[in-house]
Amino acid sequence: MSDLQSQDFIRISASTMTPPSARSHEDQVAKLIDVSRCIGCKACQAACMEWNDLRQDIGHFEGSYQNPDDLSPSVWTLMKFAEYENEQGNLEWLIRKDGCMHCADPGCLKACPAPGAIVQYANGIVDFVSDKCIGCGYCVKGCPFDIPRISKVDHKSYKCTLCSDRVSVGLEPACVKACPTGAIMFGSKADMTEWAGERIEDLKSRGFSNAGLYDPQAVGGTHVMYVLHHADRPSLYSGLPDHPQISPVVSAWKGILKPLAMIGIAAAALAGIFHGVTEGPNEVTEKDEEEGERALNETEKTP
Amino acid sequence: MTNTWQDIKNANIVVVMGGNAAEAHPCGFKWVIEAKIENGAKLVVVDPRFTRTASVADYYAPIRPGTDIAFLNGVIRYLLEKDAIQHEYVRAYTNAGLIVKDGFSFQDGLFSGFNEEKQSYDKSSWDYELDDQGFAKSDDTWQDPRCVINLLKQHVSRYTPEMVSRICGTPQDKFLHVCELMASTAAPDKAMTSLFALGWTQHSVGSQNIRTMAMVQLLLGNIGVAGGGMNALRGHSNIQGLTDVGLLSNLMPGYMTLPQDKDTSLDVYMSTKLYKPLRPGQTSYWQNYRKFFVSFQKAMFGDAAKQENDWAYDWLPKLDIPLYDIIKAFDMMNNGQMTGYICQGFNPLQAFPDRGRSRRGLSKLKFLVTMDPLDTETSRFWQDFGPQNPAKSAEIQTEVFQLPCTCFAEENGSLVNSARWLQWHWKAADGPGEAKSDIWIMSGIFHRLRDMYRKEGGAFPDPLLNVTWNYTNPIDPDPEELAKEMNGRALTDLTDATTSAVTKAGTLLDGFAQLRDDGTTASGCWIFTGCFTEKGNQMARRDATDPREQGIAPNWAWAWPANRRILYNRASADPDGKPWNPSKPVISWNGARWVGVDVPDYGPTVKPSDGVGPFIMNAEGLGRLFARDQMVDGPFPEHYEPLESPVENVLHPKVRSNPVARVLASDRPTFGDVKSFPYVATTYRLTEHFHFWTKHALINAILQPEEFVEIGEALAKEKGIEQGGWVKVKSKRGEVVCKAYVTKRIKPLTVDGKPTHVIGVPLHWGFTGQARKGYGANSLTPPVGDANTQTPEFKAFLVDVEKTSAPVTA
Amino acid sequence: MSRPNTVIVRYTAVNRVNHWITAICFVLMVLSGLSMFHPMLFFLSALFGGGQWTRAVHPWIGIVLLISYLGLIIQFWRENLVEREDIEWLKQAQFVITNEEENAPEVGRNNAGQKIVFWSMTFLIPVLFLSGLVIWEVYFGEATSIPVQRAAALIHSLAAVAAIIVWVVHVYAAIWVRDSMRAMTQGYVTPGWAWRHHRKWLKELASDPQSKHLIRKRP
Repeated sequence: MSDLQSQDFIRISASTMTPPSARSHEDQVAKLIDVSRCIGCKACQAACMEWNDLRQDIGHFEGSYQNPDDLSPSVWTLMKFAEYENEQGNLEWLIRKDGCMHCADPGCLKACPAPGAIVQYANGIVDFVSDKCIGCGYCVKGCPFDIPRISKVDHKSYKCTLCSDRVSVGLEPACVKACPTGAIMFGSKADMTEWAGERIEDLKSRGFSNAGLYDPQAVGGTHVMYVLHHADRPSLYSGLPDHPQISPVVSAWKGILKPLAMIGIAAAALAGIFHGVTEGPNEVTEKDEEEGERALNETEKTP
Repeated sequence: MTNTWQDIKNANIVVVMGGNAAEAHPCGFKWVIEAKIENGAKLVVVDPRFTRTASVADYYAPIRPGTDIAFLNGVIRYLLEKDAIQHEYVRAYTNAGLIVKDGFSFQDGLFSGFNEEKQSYDKSSWDYELDDQGFAKSDDTWQDPRCVINLLKQHVSRYTPEMVSRICGTPQDKFLHVCELMASTAAPDKAMTSLFALGWTQHSVGSQNIRTMAMVQLLLGNIGVAGGGMNALRGHSNIQGLTDVGLLSNLMPGYMTLPQDKDTSLDVYMSTKLYKPLRPGQTSYWQNYRKFFVSFQKAMFGDAAKQENDWAYDWLPKLDIPLYDIIKAFDMMNNGQMTGYICQGFNPLQAFPDRGRSRRGLSKLKFLVTMDPLDTETSRFWQDFGPQNPAKSAEIQTEVFQLPCTCFAEENGSLVNSARWLQWHWKAADGPGEAKSDIWIMSGIFHRLRDMYRKEGGAFPDPLLNVTWNYTNPIDPDPEELAKEMNGRALTDLTDATTSAVTKAGTLLDGFAQLRDDGTTASGCWIFTGCFTEKGNQMARRDATDPREQGIAPNWAWAWPANRRILYNRASADPDGKPWNPSKPVISWNGARWVGVDVPDYGPTVKPSDGVGPFIMNAEGLGRLFARDQMVDGPFPEHYEPLESPVENVLHPKVRSNPVARVLASDRPTFGDVKSFPYVATTYRLTEHFHFWTKHALINAILQPEEFVEIGEALAKEKGIEQGGWVKVKSKRGEVVCKAYVTKRIKPLTVDGKPTHVIGVPLHWGFTGQARKGYGANSLTPPVGDANTQTPEFKAFLVDVEKTSAPVTA
Repeated sequence: MSRPNTVIVRYTAVNRVNHWITAICFVLMVLSGLSMFHPMLFFLSALFGGGQWTRAVHPWIGIVLLISYLGLIIQFWRENLVEREDIEWLKQAQFVITNEEENAPEVGRNNAGQKIVFWSMTFLIPVLFLSGLVIWEVYFGEATSIPVQRAAALIHSLAAVAAIIVWVVHVYAAIWVRDSMRAMTQGYVTPGWAWRHHRKWLKELASDPQSKHLIRKRP
């Protein structure tokens, strides 16, 4: 995708340039995952494998319906199952489709050192450009949601592309198309937010007083959003972060440290240059040599 | 299904009990979600396990496997006691007011007429009191203690909430809340749909499970209406088609039954079929049986079926025993009575109960022919696959012919879905390698057999020599030609008695009303008549227009019978012909005829005032709260314990399990008791797999790679079983060694005061295909059949479980 | 200025080879590391055959650097032990900076500035190595948690910047203090150089019969 029309991105990794901003009216897209409609059938996983030609090795039963056991370079989306006993002592089986959240302020992109390896398109999709990826794993550290995975084979980073190839030609992502219950929806972020509102009303009427939309503002909002029954406690859903944000450590590393370091190094070099210019070299004088020779000879003479 | 998938969205209450719709039918389940979102419906799940369906339910109640009748009889008791029934509907459309014969009784777990020795019932007392004209007597005031509703009240009086909880292990408050939710649909404009599947059928009381819910639905006025009905979600692609065309040992196409030895002539046979109306002026549609039968014979034998030879009646096989079901077939193999087996599109080694018994049976055959697109376990039964199939190949003499065949996507044809739609599909690709279509293979076998009979003669070759085979390509008949044969044609010019319209000889028929019993029509399957007419292939229609957006798209494919989408839809309107629910009408009387979005299941111009009942297939025209002699095991449903049960039957200790369940004497020693096998097991599908097929597909194998069982946390703790650790589950018949899924989703139930643990056994794994090798759930299951359908009791049996280590594989 | 006939061996061949292996590794680490640190410097990755190669090769050079630097530690730790007079020297360091070294206290083989460089690197290089292992994606990507990796990345960067600044000082000092470079290229210094910069060392050498072999005729 690195050859996409070059005005279509609004952010590009490891770039010091201002991205093109004239095309300011492209609709922001969003995938809305309504966990209250999700039956955990994994059709989304199958569709993702089919469309993107991904095949993980056949694994083992690992004590859950979650299979494969984790996201990987060939697993870009994964159903996660959490058995939760609520305050009334009733069981809830909270099933969540995990994958890239497509943050408006993407931590992966912030952390990426390879120019153009991670881009954010004008529609909000965050995409990895493999031919520019150097496999350093910084995106893994930058991501607040633990999503990217580095291949041990080709040393590239992989994650959900939100089917940017499909979306760019007006199709919905493959998982959305495959979802039998309409639990995964796709459209403009505004429409999805509005529809989520209706769903939340319905859930509230069914006794989920804390139902709400997961669109965490600390990462600028996300282009993958969840309708949750328990929006007050996202972590119930197999560890969805309660307060996701780009780690302050990463912010320091990729923020203030960069200019400070350059200034520091440059300052040291400049200090040297100016010292050299002002004070000149520290040279050995003839007198020094004489004194030196003398010192040596003196001792030679006095055994 | 009485209704359609789409119609589920019209429901106010969706009850999933005896099934797991979200996991086994994820695509159809979208309509349940639609009902919740668009119709504010509540989803209620009653299941031994907290399933993926339960994960999106508004209310979940646990139940011990095999006790659904107790639960539902409790619901009936609740509805009658609280008077939460739709009175006008029950009065007008059910047999609540009909009077039952004096001889009928129920005592200590047995209905009248039980024959201890034969383990069967004489059902003559299970009927109405008839008047001089042969009509059933009734009491519309329901005062007579012998009228059905009063007998029912008496029958279910034992099923108090305390008793339900004691038998089912369902906490009383949960049971009562489910009752309350169901009762809310007694209002005429409210509907409840019942979605069920093999969770109800795979019991020794399977048919009665379903019947009990049907009775609940009749009492609530939910049959025939939009968003109501009894909706069997069929487990196999085209299993509906299989039953429709009668692929069972005792059936013929269109739900006609195969003659028995005692039916010595066509007239004798016919005398048991032509049900005379039991109430004045009723339709009793089976009175047309002869027309369907003769047309079938004409389709089979053409000109050779004549008036003079009773339409070739003698050429039909006659059953010497009631039926040859799978349990019987493998018993016969084991006894050396069946030495050859043609196994088409079926994997009995995985599918039949007691795998060891199946393997032994197959090992005694002279030959086995398998026709399948996949390398099935059955075709490889003779091969040593280690502990998962420890066959001793050297000792097996069975000659196996493995014929690869095409799958649905590699041929044209039709599939019948759960909603009775015949949907045409088109070939997408050629089959791989040497794969041939089933039609090609069967034609080949037919031609060779017929040639041998022609050349060498043999005992009674007539049926084979006279069967019609007028296909353009006799070697490989075109599916369209076969479909047309099923539909049927006029054999001579036919003149309609009322309209004088003429149907030319040779033309395809539009509906089964045109069929005749004089040999002038031919139809291979009367209920399919209308699927392929002179207007073309109706099954290939793809117009999704839904005029009322009510889930009825009449021009999408074609539904039997007569393109009707909701069965018994006359009952969606009140006796005057006005819809019970004006916002979701199905049909209504406009003063001259029945009109609406669906084809009326009724005479289109029969006036409401004529008093013709809506259940036109029944002789009394009414929905049956009392089944008469239609069920083998009783006209009212009764709770019987599964054949393998951890507890006594607290209602009648002497009659613990279904006295007329399908059990062969030789299998009795294979049943375990609670002392050695203290836990209840139940088997089921997972959404990632379709039976034993998709483990051959890489993506499905990735999504659910390895055999496991589900065990509650309490039992796991007791047994020291770890999450994801190895366990051995064993029944009296065999064992499964696999991983354990320790889960909160199965909780011990308090049954008759004692904690009862349930173990869940998913059934998908075998020893061929891409997924990891497994033992298969049927290593454990008992060879017990439902009394009515012989469906094996896969949903409730006894096992023991222990921690173990990984099986040693070669 | 007459060329002295006598020279003093300051660094043996082993010393020098070890130093230059370390120096080459360090420079390569700086170039490859900076290319992955700041987008403005990503162009440096071209020196290594592109970003993937840079990412792949950086940790391996790091291992060589660590081993090589361990060699330097073994050879030089003793002479860099901090003594009381180092503090005195540091207090008078302004004379050194303003080229009035004669006003500063006499210094042994290494002055305090050199010792600071030595101990800074002795501390920073293992820190860089260990933090680098944590973020070495290919082999240790799953060995630690992501928060640990984040901290490691930050520590690695901070340590690298510190090391680079120390290195800049080291290099500048080598240029500024004329003829120092020869000590590390050809191995010897003149008695005058030693007199001017390390007088105490010179005196010790002169009085120590064991050190006679270090004093040679100019080659």
